[in-house]
This record gives sequence, structure tokens and C-alpha cells, in this order.
Amino acid sequence: MSNVTLKRADGRELAFRIVLGAACALIFLLIVYPLYFIVIASFSDSTLVSTGKVLLFPRGVSLFGYKEIFGDGRIWTGYRNTVFYTLFGTLVNMLFTMPAAYVLSRKEFKARRPIMLLFVVTMFFNGGLIPTYLLMKDLHLTNTFWVFILPFCVNVFYLIIARTFFENSLPPELYEAAVMDGCTHFAFFAKVALPLSKALISVIGLYYLVGHWNDFFTALIYIRDNKLQPLQMVLRDILLSNQVFQNGAGTGGAAGGYAQRYADQIKYGVIIVSSLPILVLYPFLQRYFEKGVMIGAVKG
Amino acid sequence: MRTQGRLRLLRRDYQLWIMIMPAVAVVLIFNYIPMYGIQLAFRDYDFSKGLTGGEWRGLHYFQQFIDSYLFADLMTNTFLISLVTIVVGFPAPIVLALILNQIRRKRLKNLMQTTVYLPHFISVIVLVGMLNVLLSPETGAVGYLMKSIGLGHINLIASTGTFIPVYVLSDVWQHCGWNSIIYLAALSAVDPQLYDSAKMDGASRWQTIRHVDLPALVPTIIVLFILSMGGILSTGFEKIFLMQNSLNLPVSEVISTYVYRIGIISNQFSYASAIGLFNTVINFVFLLAMNAISKRVSDTSLY
Repeated sequence: MSNVTLKRADGRELAFRIVLGAACALIFLLIVYPLYFIVIASFSDSTLVSTGKVLLFPRGVSLFGYKEIFGDGRIWTGYRNTVFYTLFGTLVNMLFTMPAAYVLSRKEFKARRPIMLLFVVTMFFNGGLIPTYLLMKDLHLTNTFWVFILPFCVNVFYLIIARTFFENSLPPELYEAAVMDGCTHFAFFAKVALPLSKALISVIGLYYLVGHWNDFFTALIYIRDNKLQPLQMVLRDILLSNQVFQNGAGTGGAAGGYAQRYADQIKYGVIIVSSLPILVLYPFLQRYFEKGVMIGAVKG
Repeated sequence: MRTQGRLRLLRRDYQLWIMIMPAVAVVLIFNYIPMYGIQLAFRDYDFSKGLTGGEWRGLHYFQQFIDSYLFADLMTNTFLISLVTIVVGFPAPIVLALILNQIRRKRLKNLMQTTVYLPHFISVIVLVGMLNVLLSPETGAVGYLMKSIGLGHINLIASTGTFIPVYVLSDVWQHCGWNSIIYLAALSAVDPQLYDSAKMDGASRWQTIRHVDLPALVPTIIVLFILSMGGILSTGFEKIFLMQNSLNLPVSEVISTYVYRIGIISNQFSYASAIGLFNTVINFVFLLAMNAISKRVSDTSLY
């Protein structure tokens, strides 16, 4: 009798495992295959790609798309701008967010509740697009790189994550001991709090970094000057507005047909080129993501 | 006495004040001034008098929006896109988290997690670009495959019938994994003893999911559901804007893209502010209503 139930249980467990394995395989393929396809399509013959003949391996390999991409001045300008906005922007983000988070984690700081409220309100209310746009205009921030750096450089969600982390990782005794040795808040923050929060700095730094890298909204609204356009706006021109390539069809005739034939290869290639830095960083940093969300989830 | 105490506090804490001032200043300038500027929705915009100097018009611009021939379409489109996004997109990460949580082998679980989080980091532009190149009926592989299995010449990215499915499914593809993190965190907090006793009672893993895992997620589900209902009329601007073309515009024009068109492109600042504010108010009403319902039904609420 008990043997029969055991067998039935084994059967159920086996069935469960098969279903689970199948579900995982399906999810994995659904996510990985489109990305893999973009990669192989970026150096395959566009005609073969569009007729469904490139499925598992690249065919008709050529690097023409990549050559065109790297020969295009707009891509380089966009890349340079984006790298600058991303690095400088993230630095400013951290310089503003971390000290504020530290202060808000100090229980003896009397103004901590009202100031916290001041931040939290902005998560639920905002002035909307138009008043914000007019403010930027009045401050003469439109068409300058500062608009990528300064406004909204404190993300309240990350601020709360950092504050919670400081609250949980810095025992009060630590600060009391430091004060006994004549340590000030500046010194304690720089010499004790920050070195203890490398995981936190990586997580939040990465969130900010990716946000800057992928941001196109700021440029769409506030930037008209071509010299200041970030990579994402250049991408939009190439991928979505169907603008033909600089030294391609613009010259007309035969060159036009040539560019058209490879237009898709260029599009696939540009997707890879623009996402590469994030994809390279990703495996190294992904183990921190969950930690970041968990730290935040403790006390939303 | 009191002022003396305050002075002493200020002297003790002046370094803390210095450290928090930059963040406070930035938030006051870039978040609170525009909030004050919302009154633009009730005024004419007068370039020479600045954001709040124009003549008071009361609800004129709101009336103009409600009377506008586009009003019904905009409301329907916005509401429909959000609703489908919530109906399809909300349960997906819950299911995914329950599946991932069942994987016993650590390495496999890590691999799966790394994979499902990945699309979240792709930019909107790249995502929409991917949709365009893959789904295009002339040159896209998916378009070709659909033709070859006899589904005919359907332009998935430029027809009114397919806009919402493409928008919502690609959204699930991109964010489902990332959104599952919070549920996985909740599942990892389940008391292991519960699993042991379920096993003792002879529960199958399917039963464990239904009677242990799912109940453990309920509080998280409710809070996130209330929050997502609060965004019922705030479809993201970026992806819809990028996916719009002249052929799908009848279903893809939503309030946020209309505000952009009216405000930033046509410079009708007061009218656009009024539309934006109208949207915010409706969202807020929905949030409060859902919160009230949830408080009655389940004792879980945001505050």
C-alpha cells in the first residue's frame, strides 16, 4: 500500500520535473534566441536573413555592416557624448545620493523625517512634462550637456535603498567609538561608511549607469544641437526613422541600391554595437542586482 | 532656551546639513518648482511674464480637452493599452518567479535568473528597433515566416489590430524577468519549516506551490497591484512614442504622446499642461479607489 503511494508520488514528481524542465527550456529560448538571432544576422547576408534562411548559424558572412557603422561619424560622436554623459552623470548621481542617504540614516538627525517626506512626495507627484520643460528653458539648461547631468540626479528609490543599507550595516556603536576618537561625520562617512558599502555602491552605480546609457527622453525633449546628441538618438535615426546611411544612398544611384541591400545588416550591427558595453558589464554585475532589490524591499 | 538648543543642534549637525543640502536643493528646484508651475494649466502662458504670470483662465483648458474630438479616442487608447498591459503583464512575473523558485540546482537557477533579467537592460530604442527589423513584412524574418506558413501579408508593426499585442508581449519579454525579482525575494523569505511540514503531509510540489508559495506572495501581489492600478492612465511615453507610425496612430496615440505633440512640438503650453494634470488626477483617483477596496477586502493597503 505504502509502496503504491510512494510510486505514485514518484510519478508525480517525475511529471513535475519534466514540465518544469520544459518550461525553463522554453523561457530560456524565448529570451536568448532573439538576441542570438540579432548577433548572427549582423554579419550575415541581409537577403538570406530576410528570407528566413539564417536560423542557427550565420550565412554569407560579411563585415560590411560593421565597416559602415565604424566609418560613420555620427556613431562616434554619439558614442563619445554618451560615454561622457554616463560617466560624469553617474559620478554626480553618486556624489548627491550617497551623502544624502547617509544623513537620512542618522537617527540623531532631527530633520530626517520632514526631509525624507520631501523626497518621497516626488515619487507620487510631479509637475508634468510642460512645466518641467519651461523651467529648463528658463534656467538655460536646454541644449547644454548639463541637462543630462544635473536635473533629477537624485533618484528617490535608490536613495531609500542606500539609506536602508546604511541603517542596517552601520551599527550605532561603530559611530560612537569613532566619535570618541574625535571623528566627524565627514570623516566617518568617507573612511568608514563608504568602504563598508562596496556592494551598495556597485548596485546603485550600475542602475544609474544603465539609466544614463539608455536615456533618450532627455535628448528628445531638451536637445536640438546635433553635436550634443547621445548615442540613443543616433540609433533612433538609423533604426527607426529609416534614415539612410551618411555615405550610402544619399549619394544616389548605384550606391543607393548598395546601401539598401545592406541596410538591415547595418541595423542589426548597430544594435550590437550600442548594447555591447552593457552586455559586457552585465555578467560581472548581475549578482548584485538581486541584492539591490532585496535591500530596498526590506523597507520600501 | 529653545533657540539656544537649536543652535547647539545646528552646530552639532552642521556637517550633516552640508551633506544633504545638494540633494535637497536639486529636488526643490527640479521637482517642486514644476509642481508649483502646474498652475499653468489654469492660466494662459505669457512668455514675458514667465511660468505663472499669465492670465487666470480657470478650467478653460480642461474644458477644451474634454470637448476636443480626440478626447474619446485618447482616453480609450490609453485605458486599453494600460489595461491589457496589466492583465497580461501583471501575472507573468508571478508565474515566472514560482517557476524559477522550483529549480533546485543552484547553477541552473543562476543561469536562468541571469538570462531573464538581461532584456531589462536593453534600451527602448534598441527594443523597438529589434521589433521593426524582425517583424517587418518585407525584410523581417518573422514577417517572412508568417508568410510562409500562410498567415498572409500582415504588417505587425503598422496595423491597428496588432499594435497592442506587439506592445504588450514585447513588454512582457523585456521586463517580466526583472519584475519577478521582488516575488523571488518574497519567496526566499518563506519559512523552510512550512516546506518540510508540507512534505510530511505528502503534498506534491504542485500542491506546495498552490498552498505555500502562492499565499506567501499575496501581500506583495496586492501592494504591487494597487500601485499598477494607480498607473492605469500612465502608459509609458517612450516605447509607445517610438512604436508610433502613421498607420497605427488611430490606436497608438495616447495621452502622454499627445501632451508631447501639443506641448513640445506645437508649443501650446497651457493646453498640454491641463491634459497632463487631468491624467495625473485620474491616476490618483484610481490609486485611492483601489487602495480603499483593498483595505476592505484584504486588510492590505499602502498606508
